[in-house]
Amino acid sequence: MSVSAAPPPRATRASRGSFFERLSQSRNGLGLLFMLPAAVFLLCFLTYPLGLGAWLGFTDTMIGRPGVFIGLENYEYLFRDRVFWLSVFNTLFYTAIASILKFALGLWLAIILNENLPFKTFFRAVILLPWVVPTVLSALAFWWIYDSQFSIISWVLMQAGLISAPINFLGDPWNARLSVIAANVWRGIPFVAISLLAGLQTIPASLHEAAALDGATSWQRFRRITLPLLTPIIAVVMTFSVLFTFTDFQLIYVLTKGGPVNATHLMATLSFQRGIPGGALGEGAAIAVAMVPFLLAAILFSFFGLQRRKWQQGGSD
Amino acid sequence: MSTTASEPAGGHLTDDVVGMSHHDTLARRILVVWLPLFCFMFVLLFPFYWMAITAVKPNDQLTNYAAHSPFWVVGPTLDHIKYLLFETSYPGWLWNTVIVSVCSTVIALAASVFAAYAIERIRFTGARVTGLLVFLAYLIPPSILFIPLAFIVFQVGIFDSRLALILTYPTFLIPFCTWLLMGYFRSIPFELEESALVDGATRWQILTRVILPLAVPGLISAGIFAFTLAWNEFIYALTFIQSSENKTVPVGVLTELVRGDVYEWGSLMAGALIGSLPVVILYSFFVDYYVSSMTGAVKE
Repeated sequence: MSVSAAPPPRATRASRGSFFERLSQSRNGLGLLFMLPAAVFLLCFLTYPLGLGAWLGFTDTMIGRPGVFIGLENYEYLFRDRVFWLSVFNTLFYTAIASILKFALGLWLAIILNENLPFKTFFRAVILLPWVVPTVLSALAFWWIYDSQFSIISWVLMQAGLISAPINFLGDPWNARLSVIAANVWRGIPFVAISLLAGLQTIPASLHEAAALDGATSWQRFRRITLPLLTPIIAVVMTFSVLFTFTDFQLIYVLTKGGPVNATHLMATLSFQRGIPGGALGEGAAIAVAMVPFLLAAILFSFFGLQRRKWQQGGSD
Repeated sequence: MSTTASEPAGGHLTDDVVGMSHHDTLARRILVVWLPLFCFMFVLLFPFYWMAITAVKPNDQLTNYAAHSPFWVVGPTLDHIKYLLFETSYPGWLWNTVIVSVCSTVIALAASVFAAYAIERIRFTGARVTGLLVFLAYLIPPSILFIPLAFIVFQVGIFDSRLALILTYPTFLIPFCTWLLMGYFRSIPFELEESALVDGATRWQILTRVILPLAVPGLISAGIFAFTLAWNEFIYALTFIQSSENKTVPVGVLTELVRGDVYEWGSLMAGALIGSLPVVILYSFFVDYYVSSMTGAVKE
C-alpha cells in the first residue's frame, strides 16, 4: 500500500549535485545564490525590524515585559502629549534652519573651492575633516566650546567688550536650539560643499566665458548658468542632507540630551529617551514610526521641490 | 595630508580650462576668494585645534584664562593622555571599536561584492527592482530601527556583546557598499567577461580573476567609507551595549568619562582626539577614494 517515501540515498546525492549544478547554470538561480548573503542580512536586521517596529508601536511592550496589542493607544497618548509636539516642532525647525544654512554656506564654499587656487587638493582634504571625525567626539569639543562658564566664545566676546557676562549657550531654550544648529551646520557643510564641488567641476568654463563676452554680470552667470546646471545634484545632495538632519541623534544626545526643559528634543532623541532609559519600548517605537510620514514629506519636498524646476526649465524628465 | 593616491576610476574630472580668474584684480581676489576661504577654514578647523590644545594643557591652565592665554599652552603635559591610557578602560574601547569596525566592514564588503555583481552582471529577473530596493534600504535611518533591533538583539541572546554590533552594522553598510560597487562594476566593459566566458571560465572565476582585480579602487573606496561609518556609529552601540568592557570609543567616552559635575575636560578632549586619529589617518592616506565614494553615492 505505502509508496516508499524515501528514495535511495544515492539518488538523493545525485539529484542534489545536479540541483546545485542546475542552480549555477541558470541565470536566476545564480543570481539568487549571489544575492543570498546580503539578502539574509537585510531581511533579518532591516526589513524585519521595520515591521517589528510598526507592530511594537501598537503594543504596550516594556523592557523585560512582553506587551499586548493596545491598538492606537500609544498614538492617542502622543497626540495629547505636549512634549511630543514640541519635539515635532524642534525637529522641523532644526531640519529647516540647518539645511538652509548648510546649503547656502556649502554652495558658497564649493564655488570658492572651484576657483583656480594653489593647494586646491590640500584645502579640499582639510575641509572634509569635520565630516570624517566621529560626530560624538567632535560634539564633545563643541560641548567644551559651549561651556557655560569657560566657553572660549564667551571669553573672546568679553575681551572684545561686546558682552559683560558669559553666554549661557546650552542652558537657555533658544540659545540651546541655535547652538545645536550651529554645531550641526559645522559638521554638514563639508559634505554639501564637496558634493556640490564635484557637480561644479562638470560645468564647462567655456559657458561662463561665452556669457561674460555677452556682457553677463557674475550674479547673472551664477543665476543663469551655475544654478540651473547644478540643480539635479543639488536636489540629491539636499535630500540626503535633510534625511541626515531630520534623523539626527548623536549631536543632541551629547550636547543637551534634549534639555533644557525639552527645548532641543528631536523626535529621535525623544524616542530613545522614552524607549530605552524610560523602558517604554512600545511608546518609543510609536514615536519612531511617527517620524516616517514627516521624513517622507521632508524628502519628497526637498527632492521634487528642487527637481521640478529642472523640467520647468526644459530639462529632460 | 598628502594626496599621493592615484585617481580612482570614475573619479572627478579635472578641468584644465584656466577660467576667467586672471581677469580679476588682486584686491578683488583677496576679498572674494581668500578672505572667505580663510574664515571657512578657521571655523571648520578651530574645534580640532581647541580639542588638541585642551588635551595637552595642565589642569591649572585649563580654566584660568586670566593668567594664561587660552589659545596657547605653557609647558604641555601628557598627563591627560597617560591617565586615559592607563587608568581608564579606554584602550579596551579602542580595541572593541577596531574589532567591530573591521569585522562589520569585511562582512559588508563580501556580501556587497556578490550582491552588486548579481544585480549588475548576472541580471536575474527583477535585478533592477532589487537595485532600487537596495537604494531605498540606504535611506532608512538607524534612529528608526534601533528600538526593534534592540528587541531582536535581546531575543537572539547577543545583547551586550560585540557580536550584536558586528551583525547589525552591516545593515547600513551593505546598502551603501552595494550601491557604490554597482557603479564600479557597470564601468567594467562587458567584452572582458564575454571573452573569459568563451575561454571556458565559470562565473566564480570571472568574478575573482577578472572583475575583482579591476574593481580594486571601488573596493578600497567602499571599504574606507564603510570603516569610517562603522567607527562613527553611535546609537546602536549606545543601545545594545551595557557593560564597560564591551563599549566602543564614542559610547565609552561619553558615558564613562563624563561623570558628576566636575568635567575633566583634559582627558575628555584627549579621548576625543585619540578616538578620531585612526579614521583621520586612514582618511588622509585615501582622500581621493573617500571623496569619490562620497560623491559617487550622491551622483547616481
